[in-house]
Amino acid sequence: MIATLAEMFSYTFLVRAAVVGLMVALCSALLGVSLVLKRYSMIGDGLSHVGFGALAVATAMRAAPLAVSIPVVVLAAFLLLRVSENSKIRGDAAIALISTSSLAVGVLVISMTTGMNTDVCNYLFGSILAMSKADVYLSVALSAAVLVLFALFYNRIFAVTFDESFAKACGVNAGAYNALIALLTALTIVLGMRMMGALLITSLIIFPALTSMRLCKKFRSVIVCSAAVSVVCFFAGVVLSYLYATPTGASVVAVNIAAFAAFSLAGFLRERG
Amino acid sequence: MALIACRNASFAYEGHVAAGGLSFTVNAGDYLCVVGENGSGKSTLLKGLLRLIAPRQGDVLTDGLRADEIGYLPQQTAAQKDFPAGVFEVVLSGCLPRLGLRPFYSRKEKTEARENLRRLGVLELRGRCYRELSGGQQKRVLLARALCAARKALLLDEPAAGLDPAAAQELYRTIRELNSSGLTVVMVTHDARCVTEYATHVLHLRNEQVFFGTAGDYARTDAGRRFLGGGAA
Repeated sequence: MIATLAEMFSYTFLVRAAVVGLMVALCSALLGVSLVLKRYSMIGDGLSHVGFGALAVATAMRAAPLAVSIPVVVLAAFLLLRVSENSKIRGDAAIALISTSSLAVGVLVISMTTGMNTDVCNYLFGSILAMSKADVYLSVALSAAVLVLFALFYNRIFAVTFDESFAKACGVNAGAYNALIALLTALTIVLGMRMMGALLITSLIIFPALTSMRLCKKFRSVIVCSAAVSVVCFFAGVVLSYLYATPTGASVVAVNIAAFAAFSLAGFLRERG
Repeated sequence: MALIACRNASFAYEGHVAAGGLSFTVNAGDYLCVVGENGSGKSTLLKGLLRLIAPRQGDVLTDGLRADEIGYLPQQTAAQKDFPAGVFEVVLSGCLPRLGLRPFYSRKEKTEARENLRRLGVLELRGRCYRELSGGQQKRVLLARALCAARKALLLDEPAAGLDPAAAQELYRTIRELNSSGLTVVMVTHDARCVTEYATHVLHLRNEQVFFGTAGDYARTDAGRRFLGGGAA
C-alpha cells in the first residue's frame, strides 16, 4: 500500500492533481451543504455546463482557459441565483435552458476548431493531466479563502440557510451571503471541472452533503462529516483510478456512490434499531 | 409609547397593493392581532413592519423600535422540514442581532439561548434534532429563537398553523404570558378564540384596512361579529 502510494506520488502530475482535487473536494463539500439545503443543487450542475462552453471558447481563441472561464462562470452564477429566486420564471426550467445552451455552444465551437476528438471527452469526463502549477497555487489560495470565509461567517451562513426570512429580519443581508456562496461555488467548479469533467463535477458538491445527512442530525456535524467524507472519497478515488487505470472523475464519483450507500444503510439500520 | 405607527401606508406584493390604507399605532405592551382571510395582505404587512419591504405609499414610523429589538416568528418553509439542525443551533441563531461584527457567539449569548429554552419549557430538547420534534415543540423552539432576538416586540406569523387545538391553546397561553411580562405582541392569526381571549387590539385586513381598534370595539362591528362567529346574534 505504502509502496503504491510512494510510486503514485513520484509522478508530478499526480501530486498536482491530488492537491488540487483535495482542495476542491474540501471546498465543494462545505459549499455543497448550504446549496443542497437551500434547494440550489441544480445551480452547480448549470454552472459546470456553462464552464464547459467557456472552456471550449477559450481553447478556440487560444486564450488562457481560467482567465476566460472564471469570469463567465461567476457571471452565470449570479444570473442563475437571480433566476432561482425570482418566482415569476420557473427556476429549474431556466437552469436547464442555460446549461444545455452552453453545452451546445461548447460542442459546436470544439467541432469547428479541433474536430470532435478526445478533447471533448476530456472536457466532459475530466482528465488528470489537466492540472498545471498555476492551478495548484490557485486552488490552495481558493480553498484557504473558502475555509476562512466559511469559518468567519459560519453562524450567519447557518441562519441564512435555515431560515432566510428570520435572518433578514435580524438585519442580515441574506442576498450578499447567497451571492458569496454562488461566487465561491463558481470558482470551485471552474477549478475542479477539468479534472472531474463538466458532467461529473456536480457530484463533488452534492454527494458529500447528502451522504453525511443520512447519519448526522446537526448542521455542524453535517459540515464536518461532509468535509471528511469528500476528502476521503476523493483520495480513495484517485488511488483506485491509478491502480486500475480508470478515469479519475468517474472513479471518485463511484467511491462517493459507495459511501452514500453505506451511510444510507447505516442510517436505515439506526432508525430501525 | 408608540413602537410602530402607520400613516396611510400601503405595501405591495409582486406589483399589486396587498395591504393599503393602513393607519394604526402599536403601543408598548399591546397585544395586536392581525386578522383577515387568506391573501388579505397580513403576511405582507408583517414583512413591511419588519422593514423587509418598503411601503409603496405613506409612512411607517418605527422610531421606538429598532430592527434588532424585534423577535420574528415566520411561517415554516418546506426546506425546514428535513433540515439537519440541532435545537440549540436554531435557538442560538436568534442571538444573531447581538453578534455585531463578531464571528462567533460568546458565553453570554449561549446562556441567553438556554434561558429562553427554559422559559418556554423545552430546555430538555436542546440536544435534539429539530426535524424530529413534534409540530408544537418546533414552534416553541422557534419562539425561543424569536425571544433571543426580541428586546421589545414579538412579530408572529400564524404561530399556531399546523398545530392541534390543544397545542395551539397552550402556545397562545405562553404568548400571553410573554406579553404580560412586557413584550409587545403583533400576531397574524386565523383563530377567533385567540382574538377574544388575549388580544388588546385588532387590525382587520381585506387588502385594505377594515377595522383597527380595541378588541372590545371590534366585537361590536359587523366584520368583528362575522369573524368571531357571532354573526347570527
